[in-house]
Amino acid sequence: MKRLLSFIITVLVLVAVMAVSTPGLLDRVRLGLDLKGGFEILYQAQPSEQGKEVTRASLLQTAASLEKRANVLGTSEPEVTTEGTDRIRLKIAGVTNEAEVREKMKEPAVLTFRSAASGDPEGTYSKVELVGSDFVENAATIGRDNLNQIEISIKVKDKQKFAEITKRLLGQHLAIYLDDTKLSDPQVRAELTDGTASISGNYTIEEARNLADTINLGALPLKLTEKYSQSVGATLGKQSLNQTVQAGLIGSVFILIFMIGMYRTPGLIASFALILHTWLLILVFVFADFTLTLPGIAAFILGIGMAVDANIITNERIREEMRSGKSIMSSVKAGSKSSFRTVMDSNVTTIIVAAVMFAFGTGSVKGFALVLIVEILLSIFTNLYFARWLLNMLVKAGKLSKPKQFGVKESEISAL
Amino acid sequence: MRFKKELDYVHLSKYFYIFSITLTILGIIFLAVFNLNYSVDFKAGSNVDVSLSKNLTVDQIRTAVANIGTDHEPNITPGTQRVTIRYDEELTNKQDAALKSAISKLDDKASFEVNTVDTEMARELARNAIYAVLISCLGIIVYVSIRFEWRFAIAAIVALVHDAFMVVAVFSIFRLEVDLTFIVAVLTIIGYSINDTIVIFDRIRENLRFGKQKTYDDLKDLVNKSVSQTIMRSLYTAFTVFIAAFFLLVLGGESIKMFSLAMVIGLLFGAYSSIFIASPLWLLLKKNQKAKPKGKPAKA
Repeated sequence: MKRLLSFIITVLVLVAVMAVSTPGLLDRVRLGLDLKGGFEILYQAQPSEQGKEVTRASLLQTAASLEKRANVLGTSEPEVTTEGTDRIRLKIAGVTNEAEVREKMKEPAVLTFRSAASGDPEGTYSKVELVGSDFVENAATIGRDNLNQIEISIKVKDKQKFAEITKRLLGQHLAIYLDDTKLSDPQVRAELTDGTASISGNYTIEEARNLADTINLGALPLKLTEKYSQSVGATLGKQSLNQTVQAGLIGSVFILIFMIGMYRTPGLIASFALILHTWLLILVFVFADFTLTLPGIAAFILGIGMAVDANIITNERIREEMRSGKSIMSSVKAGSKSSFRTVMDSNVTTIIVAAVMFAFGTGSVKGFALVLIVEILLSIFTNLYFARWLLNMLVKAGKLSKPKQFGVKESEISAL
Repeated sequence: MRFKKELDYVHLSKYFYIFSITLTILGIIFLAVFNLNYSVDFKAGSNVDVSLSKNLTVDQIRTAVANIGTDHEPNITPGTQRVTIRYDEELTNKQDAALKSAISKLDDKASFEVNTVDTEMARELARNAIYAVLISCLGIIVYVSIRFEWRFAIAAIVALVHDAFMVVAVFSIFRLEVDLTFIVAVLTIIGYSINDTIVIFDRIRENLRFGKQKTYDDLKDLVNKSVSQTIMRSLYTAFTVFIAAFFLLVLGGESIKMFSLAMVIGLLFGAYSSIFIASPLWLLLKKNQKAKPKGKPAKA
């Protein structure tokens, strides 16, 4: 009686917890771009100057600048991550003016100070003296010069270097370029030792502000090229989500019906373990802050199929023992024991495959593999230990005493 | 629901060997001649998936996107309220925007999914996929050799490579599109197929402990017995996972259609090869182990 009671209490408490928490949990699952719309770009970073290397620090700094830039452009939840040694992945959800945002992101303006190299035609400059990474972040500010003309000041990181350049170029021009557009080419009139360069010209306040903003945006330590991009419309994402979840639900219901029809009471326990398994997986998603993507849902659903396997192996084994004439108690014991090793072996091999996928995959493949690994681990807990524990309690409480409750006909049982 | 009589699976497998070898050769020929129908994930270019609120003809779309400034004609595949437009070149931002506005003029509720992949990236994705398959095979060989013996490992690897190749072959023969999710599907099939094979091998290993198997016939009976003991479980599992994959295929989102299809095909081959290829193959390897003095059981 005590066993039956703890069985009932366990089940009821779990059902209650799941029923109460599930709606809130589902709302908190972070959806991938393929499910809520948005775009994702994978950039490859190259040094902005030849001969330099992409360092970890410069990569992180570039990522940070990109994120700032995305924020400035008013996008919600931009997500910038570095990948490998020279890649940056950018994800932005729910953007209305996608083309504009992408343009701003994709073509980071490169600010350079140049002087005339020998052979340059009049008014053009090709010798690069200072590059983006030489300027202080958010270097450009607007002010007014002595003549009350609008002036954009740019701070340089290395005062000495700037002083040396201005000393060398005394009387010559030091041109300021944004990408390949010349902004201005002032003449160096004095050696500048305070580390501030100024651009003055006939700008309106508006123009000057835009220019300063662009310069600030452009101060990326690295040059980026798009390697891969994916953009999904919000409607399409939602449609994919609904379709896939619906497909998953229908598939799962069929599996549960099959399990109950085939294995009766143990099938019912297996179904309960499967539902618990799914709930735990959602829990992991929320607490580990995983992002659910379309391949993730696919792994989710397939994982249910694989988890069913554990139950089928166990229950088939128990039935086999029963058919050979053993008592229910010892059938359950022997069946669970011998199936345990099989289930572990088959799960470990699948984990090996999933781990390889995780190590070699990118983006969605990685997500898929991660879901699969978490799922198999959870499945070992729920469908192996937990289901067995529940079944044992019922058997020991004497509530499972007829072979029919296992879906075994009396006529199939051979005498010992 | 039970097979009362044991079938001679080992004997039957001869026909299945012929079937599998034929299909393999056919697959190799198709792969050599036609290769695979790669999506942009593996060959650079842009793929535009448009979900429409009304039916548009290919001609309407072709006319609409004719002036977005691309060098090549796109490949347009219509579906129900859905169109896939494929470019062999990477669309620039401007072209991308022009395309979207052109189609939005025809259907203001159109929703887009655009994938653009650069050539170098595409090659890297394909290379990683091949590495992943090879390394998982290696991992499985090591694990199975430790837990079982090398003969099981070899038989298991042959079965899983067979399954993976069959899916590739079917995709090549029917010119189905191979994208990144296809690789995921093939890897999952490998994971699933090995799972299936291990269950039967586990049973063979267990049965090896009882009694001595002196002759080939003893071993053959043992394999037949082991397969028939696990066949219901194999069929049920294949069935349930098949249900999950099948519903994903029929009702799931468009972007995982090819994934689901590959899964469905792979699952069927996975169940088939575990029963008719892997176990008889192990027997074949075991048979040649005659040199050993005793009918030594496999190490556990």
